[in-house]
Amino acid sequence: MSEKFISFEGIARRYPAPNGGTTTIFEDLWLGVPKGEFVCVIGHSGCGKTTLLNILAGLDAPSEGVVLVDGREIAGPSLDRAVIFQGHALLPWRTVLGNVAYAVSSRHPKKSKAEVEAHAKRFIKLVGLEGSEHKRPAELSGGMKQRVGIARALSIEPKILLMDEPFSALDALTRGTLQDEVRRICRETGQTVFMITHDVDEAIYLADRVVLMTNGPGAMVAETVVNPLPVDRERTDLHKHPAYYPLRNHLIEFLVTRSRTFRDHVPADRDPRRPPLVRPEIPVPAAAPAAGGTAPQAETLRNIA
Amino acid sequence: MNLSIGTRASALSAVILVVFLLAWHVATQGSTAGGPPMDPEYAKLMGLTATTGKSAMPGPLDVGAKLLEHLSRPFYDNGPNDKGIGIQLGWSIARVAAGYGLAALVAIPLGFVIGMSPLLSRAFDPFIQILKPVSPLAWMPLALYTIKDSGASAIFVIFICSVWPMLVNTAFGVASVRKEWLNVARTLEVGPWRRAFTVILPAAAPTILTGMRISIGIAWLVIVAAEMLVGGTGIGYFVWNEWNNLSITNVITAILVIGMVGMLLDRMLAVAARAVTFPE
Repeated sequence: MSEKFISFEGIARRYPAPNGGTTTIFEDLWLGVPKGEFVCVIGHSGCGKTTLLNILAGLDAPSEGVVLVDGREIAGPSLDRAVIFQGHALLPWRTVLGNVAYAVSSRHPKKSKAEVEAHAKRFIKLVGLEGSEHKRPAELSGGMKQRVGIARALSIEPKILLMDEPFSALDALTRGTLQDEVRRICRETGQTVFMITHDVDEAIYLADRVVLMTNGPGAMVAETVVNPLPVDRERTDLHKHPAYYPLRNHLIEFLVTRSRTFRDHVPADRDPRRPPLVRPEIPVPAAAPAAGGTAPQAETLRNIA
Repeated sequence: MNLSIGTRASALSAVILVVFLLAWHVATQGSTAGGPPMDPEYAKLMGLTATTGKSAMPGPLDVGAKLLEHLSRPFYDNGPNDKGIGIQLGWSIARVAAGYGLAALVAIPLGFVIGMSPLLSRAFDPFIQILKPVSPLAWMPLALYTIKDSGASAIFVIFICSVWPMLVNTAFGVASVRKEWLNVARTLEVGPWRRAFTVILPAAAPTILTGMRISIGIAWLVIVAAEMLVGGTGIGYFVWNEWNNLSITNVITAILVIGMVGMLLDRMLAVAARAVTFPE
């Protein structure tokens, strides 16, 4: 199925529990991601989002099942899947240029030093860090460090970009700016992105699809929500769009209640292999409340899967 | 006063030094008058200094003069028992360099392997724990018996005392490299050798250098004792020889010189440690 560029096929991850048994983070998990889409996974801490990302990155292995990327089973980490780590993970003894060049020379071992540096500088410029090439990470602010992390990941021109709550350690203003940059870069390059977050607004702004994970242990993919907002959305007028509040309320309602209660009310016809695809319905403008106060509830959702 | 703390500390150091030297000077002056006359036989046994009523303990001026004398002619050689202090120090430093260098060659690669493998780390642990607290001089008889060469035995003793801090620190530094840096290397498909030299080594370097600094300190402590036992050459032998000559002046001079060389060695490694330290 060309629809599934990334495909989690029945994966499980179990750890030995301290009392001798096993803890199941999740099992029989199926999920597909189309090429060129920006997918956000949201869920509470401990639901296994990061485990899911680590398995896709190849840093962790599933106890059962396989993950296919572009039709091939993944075995370990690969330069095709770049990771932007939560804590930036820059090598502190290298400069900005040194950190990006390290990735570039790993991707292109045959390139000369000058070629590697030219390539690295292109991506440092892309994230707006021109002039800071020779600074060390300790001299940079949190936002700048994460920019270097982004430049490093993009510089190897991966098939998939994996992001593990990349902006969670940043202040709100810096986070906003970096989200804008990431969105611009990913749209320009048609990058496939798999991102973990617990920030609903971040998911609404960035994602084409939002995957909802229930609480762990034994987490499930409850559904995948298609973002109905226009592709050329701007951060400033997101909330003016009629579909914004239905989507936001749906996501928040999931995080507040359904992530907890889903397991008790699993639909009888639920097929773990095909998590439902949900598209919040865009209300007719006339039907929307004039003051924009109370927004339409999740009843306006229609299961389109 | 608006002097910086550095200036004030230097001034205080100078004051402490002057007070100490004055007290030393006064204490060793001795009294020519008074005191009961000494039994002539006993006076003969005690030597010249006793009969003149002066203490055998030299004053700071004597030591200063001796120090200048040694420093002005450090490399003379008048036979086995009368060599310049520079020659003796040279022997000691050469032995330390040889034993310490060998220890670094063994301890750093071995520590690297132990640090990378939790299995080896646990397997080697009991041996390290038992051998590490053994005084290096306890190895001396074994070394003399097996190596049958006193010079090489001294080097072996330096080797065995400097190997442990470097081994333990290297293993610890390598084992505690941040997981995220290793994950960066893994996601970039960096091979094991490149990973060892470009991620693990720079990350562990500050800890390794700390171990090397502890080792050089211990090696310099131990060489004096080892050379006292082994004899022949070296600053330790010099001290023991001057004790046999009852030249306390030379012993004190040697103590000062040993201290200064030890400080220099420590400074050198401190500079090296600063060069590989990275701010986080």
